[in-house]
Amino acid sequence: MRYITEYRDVELVQGVLEEIKSTITKPWVMMEICGGQTHSIMRHGIDQLLPSQIELVHGPGCPVCVTPLELIDKALAIASQPGVIFTSYGDMLRVPGSGSDLFSVRAAGGDVRVVYSPLDAVKIAQENPEREVVFFAIGFETTAPPNAMSVFQAQRQGLTNYSVLVSHVRVPPAIHAILGAPHNRVQGFLAAGHVCAVMGYWEYQPIAEQYGVPIVVTGFEPLDIVQGILHVLRLLEENRAVAENAYTRAVTFEGNRPAQQWIDRVFEPCDRKWRGIGVIPESGWRLRPEYADFDAELRFDVEAIQPEESPLCIAGQILQGLKKPYDCSAFRVQCTPENPLGATMVSAEGACAAYYRYGSRAVEREG
Amino acid sequence: MEDEQEKVVIHGLVCPRPLTHDETVLLGHGSGGKMTRDLIEGTFYPPFENPTLLRGDDAAVVARPESGRLAVSTDSHIVSPLFFPGGDIGRLAVCGTVNDLAMVGARPLWLTASFILEEGLPLLIVERVTASMKAAAGEAGVGIIAGDTKVAERGKADGIFISTTGVGWVPNNRNVSGANAQPGDVVLLSGPIGDHGIAVLAARGELAFETIVESDIAPLNDLVEKMFAVCPSIHALRDPTRGGLATALNEIARQSGVAIQLEEEKIPVRPSVMAACELLGFDPLYVANEGKLVAFVPPGDAEVILGAMRSAPYGDGACRIGSVEAAPAGKVLMRTAIGGTRVVDMLSGEMLPRIC
Repeated sequence: MRYITEYRDVELVQGVLEEIKSTITKPWVMMEICGGQTHSIMRHGIDQLLPSQIELVHGPGCPVCVTPLELIDKALAIASQPGVIFTSYGDMLRVPGSGSDLFSVRAAGGDVRVVYSPLDAVKIAQENPEREVVFFAIGFETTAPPNAMSVFQAQRQGLTNYSVLVSHVRVPPAIHAILGAPHNRVQGFLAAGHVCAVMGYWEYQPIAEQYGVPIVVTGFEPLDIVQGILHVLRLLEENRAVAENAYTRAVTFEGNRPAQQWIDRVFEPCDRKWRGIGVIPESGWRLRPEYADFDAELRFDVEAIQPEESPLCIAGQILQGLKKPYDCSAFRVQCTPENPLGATMVSAEGACAAYYRYGSRAVEREG
Repeated sequence: MEDEQEKVVIHGLVCPRPLTHDETVLLGHGSGGKMTRDLIEGTFYPPFENPTLLRGDDAAVVARPESGRLAVSTDSHIVSPLFFPGGDIGRLAVCGTVNDLAMVGARPLWLTASFILEEGLPLLIVERVTASMKAAAGEAGVGIIAGDTKVAERGKADGIFISTTGVGWVPNNRNVSGANAQPGDVVLLSGPIGDHGIAVLAARGELAFETIVESDIAPLNDLVEKMFAVCPSIHALRDPTRGGLATALNEIARQSGVAIQLEEEKIPVRPSVMAACELLGFDPLYVANEGKLVAFVPPGDAEVILGAMRSAPYGDGACRIGSVEAAPAGKVLMRTAIGGTRVVDMLSGEMLPRIC
């Protein structure tokens, strides 16, 4: 398969790994910001092929994981209402709210449907004019353009039964929060290729300069990831704090301008709470006032929902790269993919779930 | 009907003639009365025709095989849509149970079939399904010798649910079980994985793209017989259905208390299935199959068994995918194509597409 097989070529990957080994002179800590990259690293076993001096910490770039508990609880409350069709990307269904999840709501009679695109949700709204159709608009800069487009389309078609429950987040403010934290250990970043395909990487140069860390735009296949790591490593070894692009087949400096314009047309920046981390200033998007009619939080009376997190779960520290899943006393004990305490165990992109599924240390421990 | 009604001239008080209801399933078809009788004789007897069934007794009476042990398996089948590229619920209901019998080394002999029909279902659909069951049963060489039908109120069943029970017999020299995999065994796979799951998903019309993938539903008993013909000492067999290859291998690793070491690049996946999985964020190791098997065989016999598999109708894509080791017991490990190692766990819960 073109664009897949050549980026999983064992000889090419081994060649880059050799270069990494011959380049490295001392230990470095790097963070892959994106959950998709965490998933790929674990799925292909890339972490075991790296020299031990490179420590990869897994960032907060899993949209499912960082969606705040209160928003999940709001989703559960809305989805439970009679007459509502609640639509969502698939992996949000298993995310635990306070004591329940969307699967349980569906089992109790709620109409919860998995869609692959928010435009499918708009279509459902067209076909069911007597029902309220709500889409759970979560995600980073990658899902923001289609989600914005769905609101625009619904408005243009005069749909009055479509709304979105918005929990959009942005990568650059999260990097600011990580690098500005007092216990930060991260010395270099792999920036998320898909996010940069939309947004470009002009936002990252000032961050690299401000904190003195190299940031390299990186793809998702094994060859992309080892090349991204080699690129960050070279910049670290040369002491160059710049933002560069190792994913040129998908990413340009400016990014996808039309997509950015769609985001800007429908959404505006806002402070956003991240699950396990807390509020990060200017880290999210919400609907602009002119689209308030499509805001599910306003349409349904869910403002009062403000729950508390499980005290056992250390997802917040894991998402910030301060701890690894193995450091958690609940990992594999009280907390499993079947019974997740925190969102990092839910999504395939969550660090805890990736460790649970693919982590070879689990074998060493139990085997 | 209209012509007929025009001819009727009503004089005085007469009872309206009941409609014959030969187009859709009604609750009356499950009443046990004449309508049930009509349904059975009109729709189920003709395709499943065999003397044991047509006797019409409360239970099928059959002769015991001369030697060997009996194997019994039961399975319920729900699928949406009822028809999809490469198969339908009828073929699924026959092959699913036939294959479960074959996986313990049994030669399938008989099936029973129990139908739950939803009120309002067109009888034409029932007929298409039974015709498909007839074809699959004929291919597998099994007789459908007993059956039952119930009708559920509209909205309380999804078209047709079919439950099949199979009886087969295991020749005395075979000892196959998921608990018999041994360190040193070679793991064989009969062909590319993930076809069924992707075909059904695409047939639901939920994907924003079309695929050319067809379900792999097939009866595997002939393939299994060809394998036993060259090696009676096959240790374990399993058909990786729901939960995919990963889940089936985890079950065997746990049952046998062994480790299974896979080679990622040896596991065949069609490019179209791989492309669909890449787009949706699925791992083909967890996508369902309905016409594949994995076999755990002594290393010395692996080549000759592979040869036998490749000459059988549903084994032409057979290949080695890994081996069995003593430790870490109960685990499935995979050497990735780029040389790393990862744990392959069971599917937990429903398979969900990833967001990005």
